[in-house]
Amino acid sequence: MISPNGAFEPNAAAEEFLPYLNRLTEADHRRFYHDMVVVRKFDTEAANLQRQGQLALWVPSHGQEAAQVGSAYATRPQDHVFPSYREHVVGMIRGLDVVDILRMLRGVTLGGWVPEEHGNFHLYTLVLASQTLHSTGYAMGMQLDGSTATGNPETDQAVIVYYGDGASSQGDANEALVFAASYQTPQVFFLQNNHWAISVPVARQSRTPLYLRAGGFGMPGTQIDGNDVLASFAVTAKSMDDARSGQGPSLIEALTYRVGAHTTADDPTKYRDPEELAYWVARDPIVRFRSYLQGRGIEQEFLDAVDEEAADFAADARRRALEITGPEQSVIFDNVYAEPHPLVAEQKAWLERYEASFDEGKN
Amino acid sequence: MNAATDTSVASASLPMTKALNAGLRQAMQDDPKVLLMGEDIGPLGGVFRVTEGLIAEFGDKRVLDTPLAESGIIGTAIGLAMRGFRPVCEIQFDGFVFPGFDQITSQLARMRNRHEGGLIMPVVIRIPYGGHIGSIEHHQESPEAYFAHTPGLRVVSPSNPHDAYWMMQEAIASDDPVIFFEPKSRYWPKGEVRFGESGTPLHASRVASAGTDVTVVGHGAMVSVLLQAAELAATEGISLEVIDLRSISPIDYGPILGSVAKTGRLVVTQEAPGFVSVGSEIAATVAERAFYTLEAPVLRVSGFDTPFPPAAVETHFLPSPDRVLEAVDRALAY
Repeated sequence: MISPNGAFEPNAAAEEFLPYLNRLTEADHRRFYHDMVVVRKFDTEAANLQRQGQLALWVPSHGQEAAQVGSAYATRPQDHVFPSYREHVVGMIRGLDVVDILRMLRGVTLGGWVPEEHGNFHLYTLVLASQTLHSTGYAMGMQLDGSTATGNPETDQAVIVYYGDGASSQGDANEALVFAASYQTPQVFFLQNNHWAISVPVARQSRTPLYLRAGGFGMPGTQIDGNDVLASFAVTAKSMDDARSGQGPSLIEALTYRVGAHTTADDPTKYRDPEELAYWVARDPIVRFRSYLQGRGIEQEFLDAVDEEAADFAADARRRALEITGPEQSVIFDNVYAEPHPLVAEQKAWLERYEASFDEGKN
Repeated sequence: MNAATDTSVASASLPMTKALNAGLRQAMQDDPKVLLMGEDIGPLGGVFRVTEGLIAEFGDKRVLDTPLAESGIIGTAIGLAMRGFRPVCEIQFDGFVFPGFDQITSQLARMRNRHEGGLIMPVVIRIPYGGHIGSIEHHQESPEAYFAHTPGLRVVSPSNPHDAYWMMQEAIASDDPVIFFEPKSRYWPKGEVRFGESGTPLHASRVASAGTDVTVVGHGAMVSVLLQAAELAATEGISLEVIDLRSISPIDYGPILGSVAKTGRLVVTQEAPGFVSVGSEIAATVAERAFYTLEAPVLRVSGFDTPFPPAAVETHFLPSPDRVLEAVDRALAY
């Protein structure tokens, strides 16, 4: 819809999705831009924290902001979101405090938040594509308990699940598509094709464009320019509407690019062509949307204010990340089981006695 | 289709398949959130007919014939449990559970822990297991140790129809994931199911036959082998105390240690290979906790550390009453 130079130039295929843009106000446009800029700054700050030894690992989202922001704003409060592990801004939009993400990457929790208290944004899943099946099961549950396809768009629910080009090769991703098609679940498979699974290019994952696989599973598939936030919003909005209204699952392939490393443990200069990187940097989603907004006359003061807010946001996240403490050692044993378990109870008691024995020695 | 088992009577003589069926039916009647998932469990009633008649009674929203994908079954069951359902998954045969192993061990077992207690994972995974049925590869295995080794899972195995009826309901009522191993070779022999009683706690082991000379422990189909061994031993004046483990994780050591305190001799048995097995764990724990009461080393009788062999030679692989008694003789020789 928006060309790389920021002009609004929807192609023929985009036409059916254009009405969804009418849902967006000027304030929404500003929010899209704001969130993309803020998460970019936060992302940079989090990577710095890792470099400084304050996080065990960081998973950059640089370059994928438009795919994530557009799709996230296409969800409704009653929907459920199953992320992979790079969807930081989706979590922010759903109401998650980004410091909760940092808690996991700082090594103080295996999870970090309660999904139902944070916009139904479920936990990050580190085993690739595992969450696709959970999301499909969850969507089956929405059908079984009558929470979807009742005809009321204000309450009907749907699921969106995020995964990537690498995860698309996993058996679980394919089984999830089979189950989703079979039970006609209310869900959208949002596949961010960022072109690299760590060091392996998407060509090794698939000889066919990934959105075409949807047809083989029996559901619609759409490929979008994932660096166009309006395209991401409009196509996801239609797909989620369809899901909520009982028209079954669909797949969106968002073509985007992982501008940074896979994680802070990665070195993409060892396997990527700098020209490819330059090509995608020239198609940066934030630069593009800024040009679009400038074409519509956005005032410079707004853009400057967003930059300032982003800097404040990142600084605040850094400050609070450094204040993260805990957990108590009892977290080792707590919540392994919901009901009493003698082995875990014995070992918890033993560790307490063992550690207390050192204190006794000091007396 | 056979009529539903009448559970209003005090007791009935049923094969384990019917007892499990009655247990599932009762659980589904008690809680509308209980639903069944698996391959061929609908109109066919499962390849062993354990779910026979349930789709007719509860409909296809409670009994889900799924696509043929074990990871898919477990993974979607996790999502359903997140949504508040209590899924009971059937894995068709023991050797077919491994496509779902990642979802069981990396996801299901850890989901509550990862959520810091914020949710429960009441998922039951039923797995018909074990040998003695003369079947082909991947149809006679005993993979319980893999699951017992995984924190977050509970693992149980009934040995008789009465326990099958009650343990199924208790497993479904548990807020933790339960791997429910059903001994295939015990699917068909009938036994009395006492509907009027309440069940023994899910994770309690029990003395199946009292004795004084040697304690023998096993689970699932091994228990009937041990009872046969006890009868044979009695003809030679040797008294075996048979303990039915019932729960593999956690293990209830009370009756085992109580028995060993009396006999001083312990033989642990299982169909599974013995290396890094449930029997190894019991042997180690009893050695740690009851060293001074032991009159002999704890001995293991297991399947061999080989793939389950072609069925034509399975009787040489599977622990028989004679193999158990050979170990009993060794224990008594100390």
